[in-house]
Amino acid sequence: MTDLTPVLSATWDAEQSWKLGTYENAGGYGALKKALGMPPADIIQAVKDSGLRGRGGAGFPTGMKWGFLPPDDGKPRYLVVNADESEPGTCKDIPTMLSAPHILVEGVAITSFAIGCNHAFIYLRGEVVHVYRRLLQAVREAYAAGHLGKNIHGSGYDLDVTVHAGAGAYICGEETALLDSLEGRRGQPRLKPPFPAVEGLYARPTVVNNVESISSVPAIIDRGVEWFTSLGTERSKGMGLFSLSGHVERPGQYEAPLGITLRELIDMAGGMRGGKELKFWTPGGSSTPLFTAEHLDTPLDYESVGAAGSMLGTRALQIFDETTCVVRAVTRWTEFYKHESCGKCTPCREGTFWLSQILERLEDGHGTDADIQQLLDTCESILGRAFCALGDGATSCITSSVKLFREEYEQHVSERRCPFDHAASALFEYETSQATEEAHA
Amino acid sequence: MTSTADKATAEAVETVTLTIDGKEVTVPKGTLIIRAAEQVGINIPRFCDHPLLKPAGACRQCLVDVAAPDREGNVRPFPKPQASCTMTAMDGMIVNTQDTSDDAKKAQEGVMELLLINHPLDCPVCDKGGECPLQNQALSHGRPESRFIDVKRVFEKPLPLSSEILLDRERCILCQRCTRFSKEIAGDAFIDLQNRGAMQQIGTFNEEVLEFDGYEPIGVAAEDESGKAFSSYYSGNTVQICPVGALTSAAYRFRSRPFDLVSSAGISEHDSSGAALRTDHRRGKILRRLSDNDPVVNEEWITDKDRFAFAWQNLSDRLERPLVRGEDGELHEASWPDAIARAAEGLRAAAGRTGTPADKKAKGVGVLPGGRVTLEDAYAYQKFARVALGTNDVDVRTRAASDEEQAFLGSSVAGTGLGVTFADLEKAPTVLLVGFEPEDEGGVVFLRLRKSVGRQRVLTVAPFLSRGAEKLSASLIETAPGGEGAALAAIKSGSDSADALAEQGAVIVLGERLASVPGALAEALRLAKRTGARLAWIPRRAGERGAVEAGALPGLLPGGRDAAVDAARATVAQAWGVDALPGTAGRDAAGIIAAAAAGDLSGLVVGGVTPSDLTSDLRAALERVDFVVSLEVRRTEVSDHADVVLPVAPPSEKPGTFVNWEGRLRGFATAIRTDAISDHRALDFLGRELGLDLKVGTVADVNEQLAELGAAGKGERVKAPTAKPAKAASASGDQLVLASWHLLVDEGALQDGEPYLAGTGRTAVARVSSATAERIGVKDGVVTVSVDRRGEIELPVVVTDMVDGVVWLPAKSPGSWVAQELGVEPGALVTVKGGI
Amino acid sequence: MTYDADALAQLEQDAAEILGRYPVKRSALLPLLHLVQSVDGYVSPDGIAFCANQVDLTSAEVSAVATFYTQYKRRPNGEYQVGVCTNTLCAIMGGDEIWRQVSERCGIGHDETTADGKITLERLECNAACDYAPVMMVNWEFFDNMTPDRALRVVDDILEGRDVVPTRGPAKVAPFKEVSRVLAGFEDGRADEDQGLGEPTVVGLKVAREQGWEDAK
Repeated sequence: MTDLTPVLSATWDAEQSWKLGTYENAGGYGALKKALGMPPADIIQAVKDSGLRGRGGAGFPTGMKWGFLPPDDGKPRYLVVNADESEPGTCKDIPTMLSAPHILVEGVAITSFAIGCNHAFIYLRGEVVHVYRRLLQAVREAYAAGHLGKNIHGSGYDLDVTVHAGAGAYICGEETALLDSLEGRRGQPRLKPPFPAVEGLYARPTVVNNVESISSVPAIIDRGVEWFTSLGTERSKGMGLFSLSGHVERPGQYEAPLGITLRELIDMAGGMRGGKELKFWTPGGSSTPLFTAEHLDTPLDYESVGAAGSMLGTRALQIFDETTCVVRAVTRWTEFYKHESCGKCTPCREGTFWLSQILERLEDGHGTDADIQQLLDTCESILGRAFCALGDGATSCITSSVKLFREEYEQHVSERRCPFDHAASALFEYETSQATEEAHA
Repeated sequence: MTSTADKATAEAVETVTLTIDGKEVTVPKGTLIIRAAEQVGINIPRFCDHPLLKPAGACRQCLVDVAAPDREGNVRPFPKPQASCTMTAMDGMIVNTQDTSDDAKKAQEGVMELLLINHPLDCPVCDKGGECPLQNQALSHGRPESRFIDVKRVFEKPLPLSSEILLDRERCILCQRCTRFSKEIAGDAFIDLQNRGAMQQIGTFNEEVLEFDGYEPIGVAAEDESGKAFSSYYSGNTVQICPVGALTSAAYRFRSRPFDLVSSAGISEHDSSGAALRTDHRRGKILRRLSDNDPVVNEEWITDKDRFAFAWQNLSDRLERPLVRGEDGELHEASWPDAIARAAEGLRAAAGRTGTPADKKAKGVGVLPGGRVTLEDAYAYQKFARVALGTNDVDVRTRAASDEEQAFLGSSVAGTGLGVTFADLEKAPTVLLVGFEPEDEGGVVFLRLRKSVGRQRVLTVAPFLSRGAEKLSASLIETAPGGEGAALAAIKSGSDSADALAEQGAVIVLGERLASVPGALAEALRLAKRTGARLAWIPRRAGERGAVEAGALPGLLPGGRDAAVDAARATVAQAWGVDALPGTAGRDAAGIIAAAAAGDLSGLVVGGVTPSDLTSDLRAALERVDFVVSLEVRRTEVSDHADVVLPVAPPSEKPGTFVNWEGRLRGFATAIRTDAISDHRALDFLGRELGLDLKVGTVADVNEQLAELGAAGKGERVKAPTAKPAKAASASGDQLVLASWHLLVDEGALQDGEPYLAGTGRTAVARVSSATAERIGVKDGVVTVSVDRRGEIELPVVVTDMVDGVVWLPAKSPGSWVAQELGVEPGALVTVKGGI
Repeated sequence: MTYDADALAQLEQDAAEILGRYPVKRSALLPLLHLVQSVDGYVSPDGIAFCANQVDLTSAEVSAVATFYTQYKRRPNGEYQVGVCTNTLCAIMGGDEIWRQVSERCGIGHDETTADGKITLERLECNAACDYAPVMMVNWEFFDNMTPDRALRVVDDILEGRDVVPTRGPAKVAPFKEVSRVLAGFEDGRADEDQGLGEPTVVGLKVAREQGWEDAK
């Protein structure tokens, strides 16, 4: 049995947890003071040694990313925090920033110092106004306390932080689209190379990191590399927030070392709702291939999940029980990708448009067997051919669900309807009828 | 003198060698795979890629399999196909295209299928059919049948982006060539991507189309003052590069299929850049013009005027037959022999060469070829004037001109061959524009300068920063008209500007408007001397440089020879096989017109000249003289006053040469064969009738003579002007200094008959500074600009950040025909009153 | 421009502050669009022209950005933006039915506004509160663990002019224009207001405390 490790979430239940005072009382900003006394190169090395991997989904070694920055040329370089959390199932950064924004601010200060950045940006999705209030205030409090601004704690180091609100676009979670959006443009991804480390914000060297990645930095500095590496697995070190949602008794945030299993987490969460059977789940959000009960004991770390045919992603564990129609779920995810497709490249723009219509027909009972094959063929035309990972992500749930639940698709075709009672999946009771079904479409 | 271009090729260029479909190809480092493939004849299908635009990688059609050496040198394949238009070739790379890789083929077919799912089946009614990259590549690289059975997304269509450019959003495949061209090349971001995902579309900000709730906020003071959204002088290029029929031109819409058209190479007649065109015609009618590919001059771009303004060549007022004025005072059609005989008779009399006593009363003939003529025409006009009419009264400059300008042209332009080139402009570290508006007066010159924005310093001596100058990030040397000379004199050694001009490769561009500023051109020569910068003279009309070379100016003989120098006249006389050339100094165009109007000339020979372009009263001159011969394409005011009208060919119906401002010969062959003849051929006939063999009948004849004559030797050359800058007029009270130039799209005669183009012209507005506006009591509204005893112009006024005491008017826009209504040149004082 | 002198002066003052936050002008465009939305209640053509002026872009370039992001509304928005998440997890957990009933109660559909101007409905994509599904957002404040009854009560509160109280967030939901101004980067003094946290956020922390797993030093 794996112990949970409340590190980032340790102060979330404190009285006025979001205030500077609360955070400082719990030892906050001690890591910053320590870091300011270290050579920046040592901080980068510490993060490299810790094995921290990007917590925004890709899992790229964070210290290595910082190391890609070219040598200082006397002109600005930037840190941009990706707080655009929008991947379906992902809900860890929002509570972090709502309840403990200072952990991010401290992380930003340490990281900026380490990479030589004097102006950092936090790009927050616009649809969470109270989180935005908390961040704005946290930054203001930090300035007032001398954790930000000029000559921080007498170190001679200056740092400005701008909290920037987006305006509703999932694609802005893609790092280069985020940079374009931060520059005041449409959020469409850029060609790589050049990579952001070389040419990022305003064509200057830039590090883009997820909220949780940056928030993990103070703990690494404070408690040390050895502590961090004592958690997790060989190549997936440290702890992470596991977000359980869906058909479990107690959904929520469970902070644990990487490598914990879903079986353990569901157990801690009180088991499946109403004792029902687990049917399918996503290890890392809707863009990751589906898992089933077969994978209950797969360690949730990058390597094991990858070997099992999916991706750890953001540990967004959406749990669906036997009452759930897979076709319905996949249709709705596909409509999401269609809605969020930026439109730049042909495969994603046209592909999601096509896939949605096929799936809608299948879910409505107007699909054919040829449609099922067409889903796979169209996914093949998208995967690896789109400009960015959104296109790829859109295909994951389709190809994996057809592989795992082909008979369910075929049942929709042969019975000319969705064979599931949608109301049975809901958390509350209601009567289904023709009218409700039509309204839900 | 080696130019910088020569130096580059002399240095070794780093190369890489890769294999594409089994063929080895070596290319310069940094070459994209798609370009490298083309070099060995492998065509990878593509839409968003364009050699002159930065790579986008948006359409995904050009996917190929790539394997590249890793750090240890092992060649490892990429896990997924790569876009060949965004990936640079590397040493040892192995690329397999659709021809040798099933994966690449399947990937491309997949993309093509996806492109076609929302594309409407418009081919039967789409202009692009028959020359459509989507059609072609769908057939060559796509699946034969679509498997899409669902609902396509639809849009209302077509959407006019301007009066000329129509957008069909359903056909658009969102390759973004148009938005990238508009932003990167032209600097006119009037169209951009709108909306997101499958409903993404190209568009301007159009509230209705984009479903914004609101009302019309855009008035006269909108960013482009046209009130029309896609207001770019280069918008037509988007139609040419659009790989589908999403962007079409209103002028050509539904008019033809490409396989009905014959394509002929041509040169634009609209400015002095000599842009290379492709004229597409069918059964003798021009249906459209495109840009040709000329990397040296205009690359693949032309202005909208170059592209769309050709209707003038064949309007209903086109002259087919010669006309002769009869006893009844009316013009009647006549045969060529009759017309030539009559013309010769009249000219002989007017020139005093009948050999009878009546010759004593003859005052002579003036020749006004007009600035649209080819090199050969210009040569013929001046030779005809000197040999057949015995006069030096010949001048193509039917615009503001001066003796100083003539001296400048003769000494520093004529016979200098290829001078500053387009490439030189692009590479110049500093460019100083004097009396020259890059967009409005330069056309493709502007595009070339824009290539170097950020790497080049542009300074402009002008009354305000025009939009074109702004797009070049130019620094303004704020100058009222008349003060250009002083402004140049003020660039003293050691100053920032002087240092910039002293850099190797710096260029000073002089516009033809400087002719009306005493001392400006002389000062420019002095500035060039003390900084080492090179000079480029860029006139507005296509025929100007050629005319200078041919000596179609009163004081110039071919090759820059001074007509006042005996030895120069003797050289030319000998070449022409005549005893001597006339020694009396000739009058310039204004002088000829004034003399004619005053009764001091008996006859006029006039080419393509439009009276409303002149401040001089050409109408009065035509009425006063005894005899007028008009050589014209169309029935005009001039031909209506003539005694003999000889119809001549428009550019598309004759061979000839324009010499562009670089000094480059831009020859063109006959595109459309008709009976029409060139001005020079008509003049040759006339010459024969007068008993002379002028030998100007063919293009070859003329060029032979020009080659023989060559450039003026020492001692025969015109001397450079040395005048000092005169004091500019100063404003006082409600008298302001007039500033003016032609907008690119305006009511110039060569733009007649093309309403779609006219609709894209910028709204005519007057401009004054805010201080001036306050002083003369102008608020939002209208000003009336007038000159005593002439006319007046009433225009909406826009308060502009500009030099005080000046009012700017467009030279020939609707409601603002400055030359005709006010009769003064820029630099003169005009009265300006605010309000109606 | 049809902003009156006072409105324009205020806009320019606010815009100057926004522009001051960024090293490059154009970055101010997204907050500026939130700002004009806070004045007009939507992004109007006037707003587009204002922004274009502030960041030196053409109106086409500004509308290119304004039409890309879903939070920018093109028609006068209701005082309360009521969004029901109908992405997969929330939909399955009951979001579809909540949407149906809310839509029926308001008499309007997606992206439509009630005649009295109080509510604009939207079918939302994932708002990062999946552990609180089914989720509704009103003017971007959290309404977690919704049922049709609870959702209809919120709708009725709005329609009948009562305070609208979120499950996580401030004391009550501010109107659309005010919230837009916050998103433009102007604090409204409400950061310390708090409705407390629901179970899900601290459920793991609770388990850790119960099991004595905290302090993983």
